[in-house]
Amino acid sequence: MSYVAHDESAFVRPAETEEMELYHPKTFIGKYIWSQDAKVIGIQYSITAIAVGLVALVLSGIMRLQLGFPNTFSFIDPSNYLQFVTMHGMIMVVYLLTALFLGGFGNYLIPLMIGARDMVFPYVNMISYWIYLFAVLLLMASFFVPGGSTGAGWTLYPPQAILEGTPGAHWGIILMLVSLAFFIIGFTMGGLNYVVTVLQARTRGMTLMRMPLTIWGIFMATILALLAFPALFVSAIMMMLDLTLGTSFFMPALVLKGQQMDHSGGSPVLFQHLFWFFGHPEVYIVALPAFGIVSDLIAVHARKNIFGYRMMVWAILAIGGLSFIVWAHHMYVSGMNPYFGFFFATTTLIIAVPTALKVYNWVLTLWRGNIHFTVPMLFAIGFIFTFINGGLTGLFLGNVPVDLPLSDTMFVVAHFHMVMAVSPILVIFGAIYHWYPKVTGRMLNDSMGKFHFWVTFVGTYAIYFPMHYLGFLGVPRRYYAVENLDFIPQSAHSLNATITVAALIVGAIQVVFLYNLVWSYFRGKPAGDNPWQATTLEWQTAHTPPKHGNFGQTLPVVYRWAYDYSVPGVDADFIPQNQPPGTSAGDTGEKSS
Amino acid sequence: MTTVLLVLVAIMGTVVWWLFRQTINVRPWVERRPGENVLGDGALSLPPVKVGLGVFLAVATSLFALLISAYYMRMAGADWTTLAVPKALWLNTGVLVLSSVAMQWTRGAAKRGAIAGVRIGLIATGVFTFGFLAGQLWVWQQLSASGYFVTANPANSFFYLLTALHGMHLLGGLWVWAKTTTRVARGAEVGAVRLSVELCTVYWHYLLLVWLALFALLLSTPPRQNSCTPDTIAICGPAR
Repeated sequence: MSYVAHDESAFVRPAETEEMELYHPKTFIGKYIWSQDAKVIGIQYSITAIAVGLVALVLSGIMRLQLGFPNTFSFIDPSNYLQFVTMHGMIMVVYLLTALFLGGFGNYLIPLMIGARDMVFPYVNMISYWIYLFAVLLLMASFFVPGGSTGAGWTLYPPQAILEGTPGAHWGIILMLVSLAFFIIGFTMGGLNYVVTVLQARTRGMTLMRMPLTIWGIFMATILALLAFPALFVSAIMMMLDLTLGTSFFMPALVLKGQQMDHSGGSPVLFQHLFWFFGHPEVYIVALPAFGIVSDLIAVHARKNIFGYRMMVWAILAIGGLSFIVWAHHMYVSGMNPYFGFFFATTTLIIAVPTALKVYNWVLTLWRGNIHFTVPMLFAIGFIFTFINGGLTGLFLGNVPVDLPLSDTMFVVAHFHMVMAVSPILVIFGAIYHWYPKVTGRMLNDSMGKFHFWVTFVGTYAIYFPMHYLGFLGVPRRYYAVENLDFIPQSAHSLNATITVAALIVGAIQVVFLYNLVWSYFRGKPAGDNPWQATTLEWQTAHTPPKHGNFGQTLPVVYRWAYDYSVPGVDADFIPQNQPPGTSAGDTGEKSS
Repeated sequence: MTTVLLVLVAIMGTVVWWLFRQTINVRPWVERRPGENVLGDGALSLPPVKVGLGVFLAVATSLFALLISAYYMRMAGADWTTLAVPKALWLNTGVLVLSSVAMQWTRGAAKRGAIAGVRIGLIATGVFTFGFLAGQLWVWQQLSASGYFVTANPANSFFYLLTALHGMHLLGGLWVWAKTTTRVARGAEVGAVRLSVELCTVYWHYLLLVWLALFALLLSTPPRQNSCTPDTIAICGPAR
């Protein structure tokens, strides 16, 4: 793709450009390492994100060991514990989920699903990945610097985040902030690509309303991320200045160890506003791609068109718009004006409407569908369960008077893990089982997949469902140890131990998944071009895995939407998007509404 | 946070409204028109890189709106002493306006196909832009020489932060400017640089607008408590 049109009048409109000038790698390194091919970049993003996610998974196991069996493990001290909590949260939310959904799935699927040869700015796309990798390495380096990584909690609230006494207050926090800043710069480069590619590089006939919901979800999430990440960027820079130069953006006047500190008058609540201005859209940055992908999984594996496609698109738009005006529901306990609380509780409850609409539509798509209980479908159905569960507790916490007593308890941990940890992860698993055949040309092993699903699904319920009860009892979150407290009965400690056992089992079982990924790459059943008999363009490529340029000589032309499954009167139970009307048996080319 | 809320609502409103307009009367499950050009259905018929610049400007707008919001929130603090705006900033603003004018003129020359005009225009833009950046550095120098250090007051901290971020965005623009100018110097045709010149023009105007907004912010926040200017520093002592 040339960046520069040579003449105003010679500029050819993108959809009419039959052949775009592709970058042609010559060496192994050019093809797989410094690659500008979105598919390779997507795989690089995915592997990096999963690798760093495994680190965070191990950290969560260590946290659970401490909570379930206090005073047993000498290598976990209170500082370590806080560091593990912090790193687990930050890695999972930003470096795993955001990077995997947008960088991984976005890069791999956007060009293939909209019928483009590549992203519009392949070089910028490549840089985006390498900056992301650099950010990950910086973050990992923080484990090894003096004082270790930061233990400020993933929200990094000042003043404690940069005060002595918080683990990693000197080196760890700096590396964290710098790493976040790099992540955001890298993401912005990638995000520009995703948005412009969806807007400008769709193939002939791929109207906006013919796009699969996966693309809608990723597209809207990218817009949210582009506009929300600057808030994290600004707060990271300002905290950095507070820490290194001694400014007082966030730091109030403090007396530390009898010494008056240089700071004065800064506003910690300002940081909270900035952080959650990013932090709440972030929930939807993770959720919207999951919504989109799960819609496609359900439609494909239930052999039915998605119920209420337009409603689904509008719900994505509505959630995207509303997600910017709910941030302060994370701050009910910060002492803000009660009218603000009223405002944000209202918007929070309003955003539940389009979300619930999506849930109804998924269930109605399943209703009387020809459901194939493939592994992706199992994960999609599992997602509906965990998402409804987590969504309902969200309604509890969205109300100020309910939130205040529950805010600092395990109830919140249970809520957000259900709704934005387990749910998106189940979708990620489902998506990997669904698209792995396209990426590698081989199917993942079905038995291992089903075993993986059942242990993960039942296991995560065993972890997070009881946590709601711990929260009601008032068991606080973030605490290293909760022994010798009158209000916490012995049974709560037993429950904690049970949760830990479940968590360790779920964590360990992921090895089966990883083994499956590797084993199937060499030994899996050959998949063919379209193993799930899906309609979307990525399954109609000439080669599997798709070669550089995606679609061989000519780009596909799209004649229909992405959900022509079980069309009445047509013999085949699906019609690919690029099949012209009137060419399948029984299809007259006419359709009544 | 009201400022950023309004700005973001405006941006998101536009995005959602535009997408909604594209989708309102479409019934994709019925329509089976053969593959018409997507552009017939309302996609933007612009070069991708122009759309890319537009999206980037939205990101930058979000960034500066957040900073302005933070400025207003922090201003409520009791220790806030608004920085008296140094006179030199008026001069710098003038220079930045000139750079924008020069860029606009370059664009006109590029449209006419006058490569000589493009060359002169680009050089003039560069001179004025570097002049502005040098002027900003000089203001920094002047301020810190008279005791307005970055840590002395939150208003000062914001001043340095805002000008630094604005300057860095300009430097990013200058990188593209440098690439374009090099191409022109090596004898490129007008057609080969026309798009780059257009993009630079849009970006320069945008950064001028951002600067005017920031400058207005500095001017419109009345000094409280302490009304020292760098000129009267001897009388009222360094700001602290």
